[in-house]
Amino acid sequence: MRHLISPLDLSVGELEEMLNLAQSVMNAPEEYAHICDGKKLATLFYEPSTRTRLSFEAAMLNLGGKVLGFSSADSSSAAKGESVADTIRIISSYADICAMRHPKEGAPTVAAMHSKIPVINAGDGGHNHPTQTLTDLFTIKELTGRLDNLTVGMCGDLKFGRTVHSLINAMVRYQNVRFILISPNELKIPDYLRKEVLDADNIDYIETNELEKHMPELDILYMTRVQRERFFNEEDYIRLKDSFILDADKMRYAKKDMYVLHPLPRVNEIAVEVDNDPRAVYFEQARFGVYIRMALILTLLGLDKK
Amino acid sequence: MLNISGLNEGVVIDHIHAGGAMKIYEYLNLEKLDCQVAIIKNARSSKMGKKDIIKIEGPLKIDLNVLGVLDHNITINIIKDNRIASKESLALPDTVTNIIKCKNPRCITSIEQEIPHKFKLTDRKNRIYRCVYCESKFQGN
Repeated sequence: MRHLISPLDLSVGELEEMLNLAQSVMNAPEEYAHICDGKKLATLFYEPSTRTRLSFEAAMLNLGGKVLGFSSADSSSAAKGESVADTIRIISSYADICAMRHPKEGAPTVAAMHSKIPVINAGDGGHNHPTQTLTDLFTIKELTGRLDNLTVGMCGDLKFGRTVHSLINAMVRYQNVRFILISPNELKIPDYLRKEVLDADNIDYIETNELEKHMPELDILYMTRVQRERFFNEEDYIRLKDSFILDADKMRYAKKDMYVLHPLPRVNEIAVEVDNDPRAVYFEQARFGVYIRMALILTLLGLDKK
Repeated sequence: MLNISGLNEGVVIDHIHAGGAMKIYEYLNLEKLDCQVAIIKNARSSKMGKKDIIKIEGPLKIDLNVLGVLDHNITINIIKDNRIASKESLALPDTVTNIIKCKNPRCITSIEQEIPHKFKLTDRKNRIYRCVYCESKFQGN
């Protein structure tokens, strides 16, 4: 039995198969509409999440399965002090597969150790969010046709953004991927990522705080939010915040076939005027997320070969 | 010069970094032993300047390799019949359970007390262990 706890649990080959399956599902959803008839997905959400939980539920419903679960710790037995290990032992008798979001890092790993059903990590604190990474990779692959030979710009909060860290970790496995890391000095990528991943693998990357200057080079621009509370002082925040806001003016410098991704929710880092630009694909990205979750559920349930 | 009598049979944990002996004493739960235990702090050392030593009387049935996780300089001398019967160097175990604690306040182990604190060796050269749950780093002395 397999679980998905970290984005790197899947080899490049396995990932390729899953992306191909997601593409097949997207092209002919009716062929997959009853594959999970009689199967149940439990969504164990110990903290609120709208998009991820609904995306999982939509994925299972699209496959003909059913869903059950809870959407906050208050409405679960965790409020009575039940451990993650005990909860998953019980859920194993109720469902065929589960997706867990938990505010504490490593909770899905604990669940996987005690589970009789596949566990999908739907986000554990600031640690991992593998299905977001799968969504990002599927979006890039679908729109550009490749995951290698790309110049990927990452902009915003690169220090605390777990989606950025996971995506870098996943993309360094492909040939000739170049990163342009655009952030204020205070929010540069963590040291371990620079030393243990980028430098260790001889990856081509630059760190900069100029978005506009590098726009023409990018194939992908992955935007994240710069939060006010991350700054040491208000002055720096006011000075820097606009440099990391994507607007129609900055989009003028981008290639015609560049794509803008965002893990959402977007606050103000992408001006709404950009939404109508065909290169803004963050809402489409959420749609791709459902297909890749369908492929993931099929794979973990062993139904992918049927 | 402080004199502590030799051991007829027992274990000498040598080359502990100065000030680290009490931590080792706690990790090995030596307070539970009935035999004589001597803790020598700040002993003179040509190699280290100052070091701590622990001498334990009698046979010891503890996996001492875990000490390598905490302090890689440590050496172990096994004493039999008043002489050093063997010197053992410490191999780093692939996993350690309930020896070191995860200090990440966001780790699941911080709220669920019954979960064993388990670490996996992820970088043998740099002696880096990571929590199997949250992947936080632990590096010994």
